[in-house]
Amino acid sequence: MAKPKVATASLAGCFGCHMSILDIDERILKLAELVEFHKSPINDIKKFSERCLVGLIEGGCANDENVHVLQDFRKNCDVLISLGDCATMGGLPAMRNHVPLEECLAEAYLNGPTVHNPTKQIPNDPEIPLLLNKVYPLHEVVKIDLHLPGCPPPADAIWEVLVALLNNKPIDLKYGLLRYD
Amino acid sequence: MSDFTFTIDGVEVPAKRGQTILEAADAAGIYIPRLCWAKDLAPGGHCRVCTVLVNGRPQSACTHPAGPGMVVDHDTAELRAWRKNIVEMLFVEGNHYCMFCEKSGNCELQALGYRMGMTTPKYPYMFPQRTVDATHPDVMVDHNRCIACGRCVRASRDLDGKNVFQFVQRGHHVRVAVNADGGLGRTNLSAADQAAQLCPVGAILIKRVGYAVPVGRRLYDVKPIGSEIEAKRAPAPSGK
Repeated sequence: MAKPKVATASLAGCFGCHMSILDIDERILKLAELVEFHKSPINDIKKFSERCLVGLIEGGCANDENVHVLQDFRKNCDVLISLGDCATMGGLPAMRNHVPLEECLAEAYLNGPTVHNPTKQIPNDPEIPLLLNKVYPLHEVVKIDLHLPGCPPPADAIWEVLVALLNNKPIDLKYGLLRYD
Repeated sequence: MSDFTFTIDGVEVPAKRGQTILEAADAAGIYIPRLCWAKDLAPGGHCRVCTVLVNGRPQSACTHPAGPGMVVDHDTAELRAWRKNIVEMLFVEGNHYCMFCEKSGNCELQALGYRMGMTTPKYPYMFPQRTVDATHPDVMVDHNRCIACGRCVRASRDLDGKNVFQFVQRGHHVRVAVNADGGLGRTNLSAADQAAQLCPVGAILIKRVGYAVPVGRRLYDVKPIGSEIEAKRAPAPSGK
């Protein structure tokens, strides 16, 4: 039987949650026996070619590309997990939600104390993903099956969740593994 | 000595005349979750996290006096869901960034989220516009994290005798305000005041002491909130 596939992605995040995945240390060898990594920054596979059992997504939804990636994951994964505080509540990127987008861009590209931008142009090339009005938690954009908060979620929590899912067991995180910081 | 008994989830609990359900439950080692309640403060009944059914009717355990023969439901699926809903609503209606908050690990709202197994609130985040008041030399107020529990209002009025904080506006718009033009720095609040010490979340913080306790040794890192109350309970037949 082919191994179940796991896909991962980082949207508006810092890759800290991916670091936490790698933080399962030598258990990564066991994980490699249990699953095969499909589309993921870890192996640089860019496109879905097979159905995946689990999709792990870190980071919030901040631009149109994030939305497309997220929808692609929803389409191709059986269980979609929002990984970390940015995915579950917006996280640090969501701090811009308290400032209108126009003012954010003006501060970043026109008025900031260290800005050097003689042409006074705010980047708007079609190649650059268009920013959303706000940063959204993933479950406000697509259906999410499991939330694993934390900044980052502890490696043990990620391990416990993956092992439970692979063995079709209920997830029961012991105290201290569910955390928001 | 107890004056009478009543039951919580079928367990007989002794109580003294004038005791609230919450106080009697605490003495018996039964933890009823609470947020706006604090020892030494008059109960406010604001947050409703301590909601129980008293003879079938919802009441806040922190304000409702215990009575002889009263039948109280506390740890039921319905009540657990109500309480979790309240905690989830408090998370979405403020701006609670646990990842950099000084109070994280010692925060009662966060600890309730952990205890109730909240992975993320089911309600949409509101991301409201709130302000920070850093005008006081020793204390800051971050309204982003305020849950309007009113501990500071009651503590300042009843324990400190200063009336530094007040509720303003009504209903959904209610918020805690400082009783002075020009902010907290223009009041006679001192960092030693109970009003500055009793905030359950990171809304009122003493300056220059943040992050002093390392992760792993903070109040709720190892044991869930309420463990100290439950530790008082004699082993029950059900095992918990």
